Amino acid sequence: MSEPLLRVQNLAKRFGGIVATDDLSLDVAAGQLHALIGPNGAGKTTLIAQLSGQLMPNAGRIRFAGADITTLPMYKRSRLGLARSFQITSLFLDLSVLDNVALAVQAHAGHSFHFWRDARAEAELREPARAALARTGLSARADQLASALSHGEHRLLELAMALAGTPRMLLLDEPMAGLGPEESARMVEMLRALKGEVTILLVEHDMEAVFALASRITVLVYGRVIASGAPDDIRNNAAVREAYLGESEAAHA
Amino acid sequence: MTPAFNLRTLVTVVLIAALLLLPLYTGLSGNRFLLTLFTRIVILALAAVSLNLILGYGGMMSFGHAAYLGIGGYSVGILAHEGISSGFVQWPVALASSALFALVIGALSGRARGVYFIMITLAFAQMAYYLFAGLARYGGDDGLTIYKRSQFVAPIDLSNKTQFYYICLALLFGAMYLVWRIVNSRFGMVIQGARSNDTRMGAIGFPTYRYRLVCFVIAGTLCGLSGALLANHTDFVSPSIMYWTRSGDLIIMVILGGMGTPFGPLIGAVALLALEEVLSGVTEYWQIILGPLLLLVVLFARGGIEGVLTQADAKVRS
Amino acid sequence: MNLFIEQCLNGLQFGLMLFLLAAGLTLVLGIMDMVNLAHGSLYMIGAYFAATFAAWTGSFVVGVVLALGATLLVGMAVEVVVMRRLYGRDHLDHVLATFGLILFFDETVRLIWGPAGLSLPLPAWLSQPVQILPGVNYSAYRLAMIVVTLMVAAFLYVLVMRTRIGMLIRAGASNREMVGALGVNIKLLYTLVFGLGAALAGLAGLMQAPILTVQIGMGENIVILAFVITVIGGIGSIRGALVAALFVGFIDTLGRSYFPDVLRMMFSKDVASTAAPALSSMLIYLLMAIVLVAKPEGLFSAGNR
Repeated sequence: MSEPLLRVQNLAKRFGGIVATDDLSLDVAAGQLHALIGPNGAGKTTLIAQLSGQLMPNAGRIRFAGADITTLPMYKRSRLGLARSFQITSLFLDLSVLDNVALAVQAHAGHSFHFWRDARAEAELREPARAALARTGLSARADQLASALSHGEHRLLELAMALAGTPRMLLLDEPMAGLGPEESARMVEMLRALKGEVTILLVEHDMEAVFALASRITVLVYGRVIASGAPDDIRNNAAVREAYLGESEAAHA
Repeated sequence: MTPAFNLRTLVTVVLIAALLLLPLYTGLSGNRFLLTLFTRIVILALAAVSLNLILGYGGMMSFGHAAYLGIGGYSVGILAHEGISSGFVQWPVALASSALFALVIGALSGRARGVYFIMITLAFAQMAYYLFAGLARYGGDDGLTIYKRSQFVAPIDLSNKTQFYYICLALLFGAMYLVWRIVNSRFGMVIQGARSNDTRMGAIGFPTYRYRLVCFVIAGTLCGLSGALLANHTDFVSPSIMYWTRSGDLIIMVILGGMGTPFGPLIGAVALLALEEVLSGVTEYWQIILGPLLLLVVLFARGGIEGVLTQADAKVRS
Repeated sequence: MNLFIEQCLNGLQFGLMLFLLAAGLTLVLGIMDMVNLAHGSLYMIGAYFAATFAAWTGSFVVGVVLALGATLLVGMAVEVVVMRRLYGRDHLDHVLATFGLILFFDETVRLIWGPAGLSLPLPAWLSQPVQILPGVNYSAYRLAMIVVTLMVAAFLYVLVMRTRIGMLIRAGASNREMVGALGVNIKLLYTLVFGLGAALAGLAGLMQAPILTVQIGMGENIVILAFVITVIGGIGSIRGALVAALFVGFIDTLGRSYFPDVLRMMFSKDVASTAAPALSSMLIYLLMAIVLVAKPEGLFSAGNR
């Protein structure tokens, strides 16, 4: 029985008096699409931040592909194949769409102390970038400034950049944030196509998307895991319904 | 309806042609002063080009860049004072000491952001200012006269004003081309990405600190070269060249010309220094105009002259 | 020994003067996130106003009071005309715009008062020495400066710690958006804070005028020091500004007094006298570098923004 690709053990994070992450343990098996849900303020983004290396936990361990990455800096985790997209769009707005993705490719293409060759002419960087754009349906926008894109296209670009480094695992922080119904459906199809190819930890509020895509769901409330299991088990879990889904169903009604 | 020409390109081409042909004009008209003025402009444009690399492309607000003018200048001055006039010794020393200083400052300020970065770079430049002002042997506050310009092999003669002008111009164009290649290389992409969104760069896998440091060193070295040229041009070097307000002048040039554009620093240097000359002919108190002008540029024309030209072209095209 | 006491008091006085300058700067930087390089220009303007008004009215005290009021007005005018348009912008924009202000103020002062600089003579009752300890005399004026600055420091403490405005200032220093969300008239608060900073700068400028200088460019020299102190003390912290300013004041004064002697033991008189002030200046920047490396937010930072 091999170790899961991502193993989080007893993670804890405090900000002064506030406990953002409370003895959190979580496993994500390779190839899985594991969804993380919970009300606002549950600590989902804080968890993603600790997994990606933006924040350091106060206690606990994070293991990725068999290695302890708990204190590894952000850029090293990315190099190991753990990629992240951001809840609040974080792109290179003054560079072109293709440049954005090419940078993500470049990060995984060895060191960048090359001072002379035109990076925009390097097939080694441009081809995988175009491929990632094609996958997310943004090929037509390749040469436009990232700032010119719509919000929905920004979310797709976020995904393209995360994919560009051919990661083993994606940490997706609300990729559908702010998307309309059509764009959300597009994103769901995109993620469905990625399932199996890339391991995914998906943080989302969109319950339809979550139940459509996830093979496993973990529910987070006030920084602790209150339930974790197959979608049907979660749907029927009393504690979960009370804490979270009840409110959400009322909202959808 | 496409225009027959692009205003921005036209301005650039005219400027370069003018710079190339200037000595012909001054030779024919006998206006030696103009040659001296433009040699100074070209030398400071080189400094502005180096600042544009870290400020315009790299987003690093260094307010201590003038320190390298001093370090490069004093390398020439001090060695000349001690009897070493060979440019083959002076100029490499100027470059190496500038690089070293940049390495130290860059390493210490590397993690700082925003106002802290500005303050650290400014403070270290002031430290350099006080250091050189405290060297009694080399003139201290009064400065150091350089009696013999950097010597190279014949036929290179820096005291020949026309030759010196063309050497400076060649070095300027060389530096501009070098910066152009750097900025578009993989290294340059990292620098630009770090300017645009440093957190994201870390997230996608770049340890940006080391790249920014190297960029900082390259810029400092280029500016040290400018300092060596300036010392030769004025046959003099004093600590005032690295007073923090001089760094401000360099920043103005870069912003006025157009930050993060290949020709911006050159345009800015020409604009600022030519404006200085013209305005000081009109009134002794021309800086009263420069101050608010800078304010207006910051508020309304952040892209500088290049930005204005680009907008004009876009308007014509539409 | 007398000399040492005198130098210590000088260090205290210089440090307190720097505190006045840094306090205004740290408030503006902390609350309005505004990098104001032209803070030194307000310092200069305070000195020029004082020299002028004192000469016009023939009274030192009246001149000082008028100068304070005038500098306050200039400060508020600058806030309304220029600073308001810069809030929320990049720090580089602040730096450039206020740099432009420096150029403008320097030239305007030169236009109005000429390039030569002014002097502010002391009235008789302030220029005598005062016996502070048996056998130890000290300049009455410097003593007055120390007293006044301590009073201002106490006033600032009461203002910031005990009044409603002070509470808003402290809140604003740690979380600007919240203060705005609480419905406070931010515009007015900002104008007042900036005006206060300007008045403090002007006070510092006019106080040192009789003993040091009233000339164009005096602002540029001192404002960097004020920023260094602000950074060391922690942006937004008045307490930090006081501690750092005193520290810097002592190091600078004692350095200038004793470094030459120390150096003269090792080098020639010429070298020593030129190198000493340079060394004590460099020491201050070295201190800042050490603090920034060890504790980047400064010694008493006001919290996250």
